[in-house]
Amino acid sequence: MIASEEVLDPPLLTARQVTRWYGHQIGCLDVDVDLYEGEVLAIVGESGSGKSTLLSVLSSQLVASSGQVHYRMRDGVTRDCAILSEAERRLLLRTDWGFVHQDSRNGLRMGVSAGGNVGERLMAVGWRNYGSIRAEAVDWLARVEIDVGRIDDQPVQFSGGMRQRLQIAKTLVTSPRLVFMDEPTGGLDVSVQARLLDLMRGLVADLGLAAIIVTHDLAVARLLSSRMMVMRHGRVIEHGLTDQLLDDPREPYTQLLVSSILQA
Amino acid sequence: MTLQPPAIELAAVSKTFTMHMQGGTRIPVVCDVSFTVPPASCTVLGGASGAGKSSLLKMIFGSYRCDAGSILVADGAGRVDVATATPRRILQLRSSTLGYVSQFLRVIPRISALDIVTSAARDGGMTAIQARDRAAELLTQLNIPQRLWALPPSTFSGGEQQRVNIARGFAAQHAVLLLDEPTASLDAENRAVVVELLLDAKQSGTAILGVFHDEDVRVLVADHVVDVTRFTPAGAQA
Repeated sequence: MIASEEVLDPPLLTARQVTRWYGHQIGCLDVDVDLYEGEVLAIVGESGSGKSTLLSVLSSQLVASSGQVHYRMRDGVTRDCAILSEAERRLLLRTDWGFVHQDSRNGLRMGVSAGGNVGERLMAVGWRNYGSIRAEAVDWLARVEIDVGRIDDQPVQFSGGMRQRLQIAKTLVTSPRLVFMDEPTGGLDVSVQARLLDLMRGLVADLGLAAIIVTHDLAVARLLSSRMMVMRHGRVIEHGLTDQLLDDPREPYTQLLVSSILQA
Repeated sequence: MTLQPPAIELAAVSKTFTMHMQGGTRIPVVCDVSFTVPPASCTVLGGASGAGKSSLLKMIFGSYRCDAGSILVADGAGRVDVATATPRRILQLRSSTLGYVSQFLRVIPRISALDIVTSAARDGGMTAIQARDRAAELLTQLNIPQRLWALPPSTFSGGEQQRVNIARGFAAQHAVLLLDEPTASLDAENRAVVVELLLDAKQSGTAILGVFHDEDVRVLVADHVVDVTRFTPAGAQA
């Protein structure tokens, strides 16, 4: 008997034929995605490939021109993200979903203390006790390796790597099930990148998070993801296991990307 | 006598690389490969360098694609065809059943040797404490000095890195284990440790398929030899 029984749990997020136009320009075209709980999917491609557009559509930050995105809520019911009420969408963004932006200014309030940035997200989901909010913030700063002595400092006083780690703490404090990351290590020094990648890798594994990570860096994809999609001109040209795509790329464009990696 | 079903069964497997960066050059790798690997034994892939031994291991693990044929791997009561399975099913197979020890450790920045091996043991289903014990046992057995355990292996010697890699490969006690020249950079003493680990794994039912460059290792562990040369496509060998 040949039984290759598929796992029965339904995907956390599905996208079908998602398309986004900018006027006559293609943002992304006919993209299908299935993301399961605890899985890290990398979307790779060069600038202008449509990977950030796709991420924005998947995370309901941008409306799709056509196609559907469905998400399985905590109550087990799968919902069409396009027809969520505004209140439902806000709750999703505050609790179940997290974002790590390339530019930490999009994810942090630069004039609010580090502790305040983390605490704010807790307050948005109903935490009221100052002591427990601060304790939780202290705990998360430690987990992302920020000296707790900096809790009252504002992110403007932080280095790029610290800001990124603060953004991660702020994102994860409400225990999201799905995290969207857009070039989270972009613009950081290599040594800072390594620390951040190691941190993200550990957190994703410990918390069993699902994540979609957009990156142009194939080494980041290899380190963090188990599955990968390669985008070009708005289309997904190849997808599959990350190690298979990197070790045995099939499409000419993927072969070009892989062969262009600098060996240190 | 009842024959146990094979742990791995390849049938009519073929693969060709198409190199688009080199004007679409087609490089045939293997052609019409069929063989089986029984459980609780060690099968060795033989044949000259370039005959496709490593490629076959990667195809069974799923990190290389398979163009034709089937690659069935026993997983619990069923079998998975790695040649056609979804990525998700292959990942599940790797976590439940299928291990792979490469020639080199792919170094992960900042993660200690002990954590690398512990996390592999945890992936295989052990509790945190069991995993830590298993990792410590393997690192000790493979002669990694305890003062190095807390350090990331990036600064280790080639031989030390490879021993951490082997410890990681054996940590999860997979039922099917693929090994690509695991002893290539080891001295005689550590080769003997690997032989011991292989014999233990075999004893506990593991199906092993490997490429072993060292004759002394091969002689001690091999139950069956599959000569890959007979699957090498015409024109692939110089």
